[in-house]
Amino acid sequence: MTMTPIAPRVALFVPCFIDASFPEIGVATLQLLERLGCIVEYPFNQTCCGQPLANEGDQKNAAACEALFVQNFAGYDYIVGPSASCIHHVRQHMDAIEQTDEVTQVRTHAYELVEFLHDILQVRDFPWASFPHKVALHNSCTSLRSLQPPLASMSEIRGPAFSKPKELLANVPGIEWVELERADECCGFGGLFSIFEEGVSAKMGYDKVDDQRRAGAEYIVSADMSCLMHQKGCAQRLGYGQKYIHIAQILNGDTV
Amino acid sequence: MKPVDQSAAADMFIADVQHERFHDHHLWDLRKGRDQERDQIPEWETLRQLASDIKAHTLTHLADYLEEFERNATANGVQIHWAQDAQEHNRIVGEIFAAHQVKTVIKSKSMLTDECQMRPYLAELGITVIESDLGERIQQLDDDQPPSHIVVPAVHKLRGDVAKLFARTINSDPNNDDPKVLSEAGRQSLRPHFLAADAGMTGANYLIAETGSFVVCTNEGNADISANLPPLHVASVGIEKLIPRIEDLGVFIRLLSRSALGSPITQYTSHFRAPRDGSEMHIVLVDNGRSARLGMADFWTSLKCIRCGACMNTCPVYRRSGGLSYGSVYPGPIGVILNPAIDLHRYRALPYASTMNGSCTSVCPVKINIHEQIYQWRRIISEKQELPLLRRTALDVAAKVLASPALYRRVIAGVDQVSREFPRALIYNPLNAWGLQREIPDAPKATFHQWWAKNRGADHE
Amino acid sequence: MSSRDIILAQVRVNQPPASDLPKVPLFDANLPSPWPQFQASLQRMGGEILDCPEGVHLNALLAQHFPQAKIIASVVPEVEGNFNVVQGEDPHHLAEVDVAVVRARFAVAETGSVCFTEQELVINALAYLAQHLVVLLDVNEIVGNLHQAYQRPEFQMARYAVLHSGPSATADIEGTLVHGAQGVRTLSVIAYQRTPCVV
Repeated sequence: MTMTPIAPRVALFVPCFIDASFPEIGVATLQLLERLGCIVEYPFNQTCCGQPLANEGDQKNAAACEALFVQNFAGYDYIVGPSASCIHHVRQHMDAIEQTDEVTQVRTHAYELVEFLHDILQVRDFPWASFPHKVALHNSCTSLRSLQPPLASMSEIRGPAFSKPKELLANVPGIEWVELERADECCGFGGLFSIFEEGVSAKMGYDKVDDQRRAGAEYIVSADMSCLMHQKGCAQRLGYGQKYIHIAQILNGDTV
Repeated sequence: MKPVDQSAAADMFIADVQHERFHDHHLWDLRKGRDQERDQIPEWETLRQLASDIKAHTLTHLADYLEEFERNATANGVQIHWAQDAQEHNRIVGEIFAAHQVKTVIKSKSMLTDECQMRPYLAELGITVIESDLGERIQQLDDDQPPSHIVVPAVHKLRGDVAKLFARTINSDPNNDDPKVLSEAGRQSLRPHFLAADAGMTGANYLIAETGSFVVCTNEGNADISANLPPLHVASVGIEKLIPRIEDLGVFIRLLSRSALGSPITQYTSHFRAPRDGSEMHIVLVDNGRSARLGMADFWTSLKCIRCGACMNTCPVYRRSGGLSYGSVYPGPIGVILNPAIDLHRYRALPYASTMNGSCTSVCPVKINIHEQIYQWRRIISEKQELPLLRRTALDVAAKVLASPALYRRVIAGVDQVSREFPRALIYNPLNAWGLQREIPDAPKATFHQWWAKNRGADHE
Repeated sequence: MSSRDIILAQVRVNQPPASDLPKVPLFDANLPSPWPQFQASLQRMGGEILDCPEGVHLNALLAQHFPQAKIIASVVPEVEGNFNVVQGEDPHHLAEVDVAVVRARFAVAETGSVCFTEQELVINALAYLAQHLVVLLDVNEIVGNLHQAYQRPEFQMARYAVLHSGPSATADIEGTLVHGAQGVRTLSVIAYQRTPCVV
């Protein structure tokens, strides 16, 4: 296993919806980082990065969230969160507040979990993990087409194919990949889009879970639980059996 | 004008299962065709960058290039007109036609003339305009329903719809819905209009400064008949269509139809430089908000658009909403970023009719950062208080909760107390919409925060 | 101020900071052999190649290929035809032409396109009002790709220069591809060397 010589000091960022609805993903992220030798702290007064407000264009309301986020996360070597869209907000959009040195430091030290494992820790082996299932990968749109650098190549662009999530999962025994017809089409979550444009959002979600079902996926894995929350809600309503799991849980060897 | 309710219109479109299904699948096929063409061209991404850079250069030197174009076109014997807005465009076209005693016009596809609402204006003057692109003609015959897609105007219709429409309007067999038979019926019915027209109208895909010529890309041959049969050819063109040199066409023609339809080139790529003997050629250069857009730091690159429609084909929201739901000549992702500049109040919902998934940006042959502009428009809409009250209130409530660790803990832990302090949070319960077609995630026994406090963080409690 | 001056003034005020005009490469290293590539591209676009066997006259070939054709309008010396196309005449009477025969100025292998100008067409509308278009092409006059094509003088000099890539087509009804939209129903290319000019 490749490790950086000095144990990295990591601030664990648990996005609000994971805190509220999927605490086990926060736990898996924490345990995984610790297993890999990180010293993990959990800034106790964290809430939300401001993304849901800023994505609505509501800079005025986003500002207080962003200020609180910076207050909680300033000064760490690494801020790691298991959500590409939240990290994308911090890194590329967090400008409702004055861009002080402290803010810039936070924005340039925030990492999505997969990129932190792949690029910073450069770990490829997770000997405690195994996942003997047919699995489809869902890359969130943010992780493909907004986050810089992206987690994986996208179907629109001509260029070499790569996938950091798949590279991490490559050495987890048992995974049998299945491919979707529309591998990286948006599933229709889109944050508050899922509420305010409910009809289109659900239709996109239904089409996505149909595609997964046709492909024969038992599990859908993603680095973004928000997409999966929406897809899972659609699949359950349709009575489909496929299950949804965050990549941190597989890499941590969680029993599911 | 009343704001467009894209979401409600989309719901109606989705309710019609057959139409939505065809629409989604067919446009996705066009996207796949585009990908296959891309795979044939090793320099594809270089071409996109070149196209984007050529457009950037032209737009940042637009005034000089417009003057160069005018100079060269005039020397070629073409008459150039300038229109500041839609009204002036329509007036100029009306005057040209009046001067030539034109009563009927055969016209090929032009989004600009739709943008200017030209047809109804000319109708008032007693001038009949016949659309000669089959898709546009279908839309015209259907009580002037607007096109729903900028490249395939009737893509929201099924063959049965066209069979019924043609039976009603051009006396075709109502029981035959074979697209080949219907297309032939369209051809037969349009032929006399071509032959009878006093004037032809086209748009243009590109204006070339160095030669004063313009290029029209079509598949049906209708533009070339319109331009080459009647003794008068009028082309309406937006000022952003300029490119500097003929050699730049190599880049744009290679990208255009591959991006639009997944075909290597349109059947016809027509370069008009000078009128035929005994005929006249006029170009109306139209601003209509374009010069103002050029001054908008976050949005001027939208003027690079070459109207290929690739962003529509790939857009998962557009494919499931239908183009008419956008309430504009320009639907889909490019419409989402063009329309708010035209009328912010009317089109305030459009930037929210997007998941900001970014596929549009990645297929755009001129690399317009469409999804990032959507994000920027949301900021403007919020700033200008154009978000609906209910939505604004919900955000205000959410912001209060999210910016206060104590309150946030209580809300996500489901403490009843909160509802008394924030009754609106319950009145406006977003999960109501969530649960219409989706299951709500099970509430965990404890939040992560509670787990941490219990397992790791006794100090904090 | 005129509308022209107002528009130009506003454009000038609003122009973003200047950026450079890039050089456009020809992207013509390792292009495939032009004639086979042209044939494949043309077929992709819905056009066809007509083989003219040694010793068969073009007139006979066309009579065989278009048995129903009553009016054949030829503007090439190699084919006789039975309809006179005279420069400057009213194009409307071309509506009755069944088959038009023209020579391509050159062709583009990448896209299966043939180029005409007002010189080849004599009357531009001929290439659209006819039901079928037959094109004579000298296979030595095929460029590899569109970048090379746009180096040609036609686009600088001709009043009208057009690339035909197969016959007219539409897919406006349920995406079903139909050839013979508003223009010609078929486009056939015959490889036929240009007759040297005798002065």
